[in-house]
Amino acid sequence: MTWEKLKEVLDNVSKRFGDSVSAVMEEGKIAKLVVEAGKLVEVAEHLRDLGFDHVKAVTGIDLVKLRKGGGNLIEVSYQLGSYTVEELRDSILNLSVKVDRDNPQSPSLYKVWPSVEYHEREVYEMLGVKFQGHPDLRRLLLPEYWMDIPPLRKDYKVPGRD
Amino acid sequence: MVVEETRKIDVYDVGGPELRFSYGPQHPGTGHFRMIVTLRGDTIVDVEPDPGFVHRGEEKMAEYKGWITNIPHLERPVILDSTGITLPYCLAVEKLMGVEPPERAKYLRTIIAELDRIGSHLYWFGLYGVFLGHTTMFLWCFSDREYLVDLAQLISGARITHAYIVPGGVRNDAPKKVPRGLVREFKHYYKAMMGREPDEGELSEDFGKYVKAVCDFMEARLQQYWDMFFDSEIFIERTRGIGVLRKEDAVRLGAVGTTLRASGIKADTRIDDPYDAYPYLKFEIPVRTEGDCYARAMVGFEEIRQSLNIIRQAVEQMPEGPVKNKQHPIVLKVPPGEAVARAEAARGEMLYYIVSDGGPRPYRVKISPPSFRLLPVLKHLARGIRVADLPPVYWSLNYWPVEADR
Repeated sequence: MTWEKLKEVLDNVSKRFGDSVSAVMEEGKIAKLVVEAGKLVEVAEHLRDLGFDHVKAVTGIDLVKLRKGGGNLIEVSYQLGSYTVEELRDSILNLSVKVDRDNPQSPSLYKVWPSVEYHEREVYEMLGVKFQGHPDLRRLLLPEYWMDIPPLRKDYKVPGRD
Repeated sequence: MVVEETRKIDVYDVGGPELRFSYGPQHPGTGHFRMIVTLRGDTIVDVEPDPGFVHRGEEKMAEYKGWITNIPHLERPVILDSTGITLPYCLAVEKLMGVEPPERAKYLRTIIAELDRIGSHLYWFGLYGVFLGHTTMFLWCFSDREYLVDLAQLISGARITHAYIVPGGVRNDAPKKVPRGLVREFKHYYKAMMGREPDEGELSEDFGKYVKAVCDFMEARLQQYWDMFFDSEIFIERTRGIGVLRKEDAVRLGAVGTTLRASGIKADTRIDDPYDAYPYLKFEIPVRTEGDCYARAMVGFEEIRQSLNIIRQAVEQMPEGPVKNKQHPIVLKVPPGEAVARAEAARGEMLYYIVSDGGPRPYRVKISPPSFRLLPVLKHLARGIRVADLPPVYWSLNYWPVEADR
């Protein structure tokens, strides 16, 4: 990955949106923009205009048991990529938003990137995050009789494991 | 909190001229998967993919297993392409640990990854053929694949699900000699298929020479595949001009792998974000612009040829040396942090997002498999086609339900 290009993007977004975003960059590992939920759609639209044209994955992380930097939060992280802009082909940018774990709600980015459709459904099912504005927010992978808490939350214990 | 119950889907008459029915979830050849199809006459109005029949909770399970013991279970979703799914995991863990594998290990990883890619593509074409009514293709692909999985076994010890790649290298070195029995068997098969004995000196028990002989044989067979299947009426009639994915739609829906490259976008992780030995090797990325079922198959077909090239080069250029960093065989110390890594699996880009909190187990392992990213593409392509064209569209995507469900 060329980290200079990603750094440029992070600087561009930080300059434009000021305090509502914070950039995390660990060279060789990850480049991340943490955004307030209220600004998420705006930042996403800006990133789309910069050339990030599709979403590779949406990762939900339950931060409640993370020793460092944890809290009563769920992090929803969009892994963005570009097919059309040659210089961005080698980069993955993480656009991340932290939502309250007890009432997790976040705006859906379906209108910005239609490729999030199934990814957001999966996060909804696995961590219980409600994506406002998603056209079809339903369960996806789990069996229809599943009645427990969302299984990728840290307080869900797999039966027989511990 | 409990997520609300999902809407119940029945097979029913939706009123008017439309009919809704369930396409699956019987095994369509790849794994259990269902499409809810709405029909008007012979035309598909809407398709709703319904994955999840083979969901195994791999991501949750990864939080219970150690960094190394995760590898054998993570490859279960795609046993044919087990390197494709474990390689990016190892790359991500290596990023967190800040280590690089030794040079020889990089080549061995590349060889096994390409063997899996060819094996997986042959499996794809075999099933593609048989579902379009061409049984010979099925038998040819599966019998040729044998010698590639034998080669994988020679290197890794297992035909499929090798668990060969570990963070910091590979599990063991490739052998110098090939068992005599295997060479004899291959010679026999060669004669049966090509109608002549392999040339003297071409085939021997030397590892490098044997690999080269198998690759040359496979390349010769590609021509026969072309004459018999890809250039045949059965295949062309059912695929050309069917299920066209335009370039803009491929980008918008986030298509991957052969599907993306058949729509005119030259994107491949092996070139865009190179890893392991790929930067040292010369190969082409096949691209087509038509975006139909035929083009998608053609891209995969050409990829086999390129993979054979890669394997031949890698075996030739592979340096001597260690194949694994000095480390504990089971317990890895992974510092806290987050890392994203990706690799080009047989079906497209496989991405991992891993969070470590410094413990003996990962805090979170997110897998984004290529098949899962093809779901919106399938939905998009199926709209408006005739119901008889649904199998070619489904098979041309090389969608693997088990991989998508994890």
